[in-house]
Amino acid sequence: MSHYRGLQAETVKFRAHNGDQGEAYYARPIAAGKYPGIVVIHHLPGWDEWITEVVRKLAHRGYAAISPHLYFREGSESPDDLGARVRAAGGVADAQVIGDVAGAMAYLRAQPNAAGKIGVIGFCSGGRHTYLAACTLSGIDAAVDCWGGNVIVDNPKDLNEKRPVAPIDLTEKLNCPLLGIFGNDDTNPTADQVNRTEAVLKRLGKNYEFHRYNGAGHAFFNTWRDAYRPEQALDGWKNVFAFFQRHLTTAATNIAAE
Amino acid sequence: MCSYIVEKTALVGSAKGRKGWMRIDTANVYFDHPYYSTLDHVLAIDFTNEGEGGRDRVAVELSADSARALVTRILAALASGEAAHSAPARAAADSATALA
Repeated sequence: MSHYRGLQAETVKFRAHNGDQGEAYYARPIAAGKYPGIVVIHHLPGWDEWITEVVRKLAHRGYAAISPHLYFREGSESPDDLGARVRAAGGVADAQVIGDVAGAMAYLRAQPNAAGKIGVIGFCSGGRHTYLAACTLSGIDAAVDCWGGNVIVDNPKDLNEKRPVAPIDLTEKLNCPLLGIFGNDDTNPTADQVNRTEAVLKRLGKNYEFHRYNGAGHAFFNTWRDAYRPEQALDGWKNVFAFFQRHLTTAATNIAAE
Repeated sequence: MCSYIVEKTALVGSAKGRKGWMRIDTANVYFDHPYYSTLDHVLAIDFTNEGEGGRDRVAVELSADSARALVTRILAALASGEAAHSAPARAAADSATALA
């Protein structure tokens, strides 16, 4: 096999929450074989080009990865315009997002290349959604929360019809290994909030692994932002891939080592 | 993480977007992670016409410092502009008073 595997990437339709026909970006290795699946959850500003890069990165490492467009119901305009519209409306409902993630998982399972195991990774608000999904959906084998804020909700006024429950309050139901990636300079979540989240996970005996990075704030994986911190991001990705390899691969899957 | 906090204000005006000029009736203003800018946070303004469905927008993403500078320049432009535009009317009114 060549050192770099060939990929195929495209936008696809999938059955989303409430049976709606959703749109997603899907990439997988071309070579015949069985691959674990990963759902990639984008951040509040929208389904941007960076998130498609993440999907391709995962496919490059031997995963079938899919990123559902969480705002497809708003229309067919550009993702940034749809993101602005969703923001003005107060975001999307947690229940709808979780339904869309479940639909994306079902899409992965239905593909002939599916090895069986499924991971979820999300960034920013998508990190929070990942935490929620890991606590509410069955069938997730590994979850990666990258700097998801508002997992702990200190002000009850921040709870509303769309986001009725603080994810931390669902931690008892967490039923898969959780990896957390955080920058110590982040303001949401703060280092204190990360510590408090870890304390709950520890108290409940959950399988978790947190990595905190000095000299990094929010979104430090994002190569499109001034926030990008190459050294921390490279180590963070190394931890992400080691985690997924540990929990998603089986003897039947074709995963390249780090 | 993204804040979900949006300051919304009604306004009267027009803006030029990708389809040309349009009436606008709303500005959604927020300080959060951008879509396009490389900055960690931006002051973003989306000008829309909610009366017509709000589907088109004219958007800007500004650094915090430049947004604050813009606010002062807007106020300065309003002050000097309104003074200049009201000067002839005031002069005419003063003239009419003198003739009486």
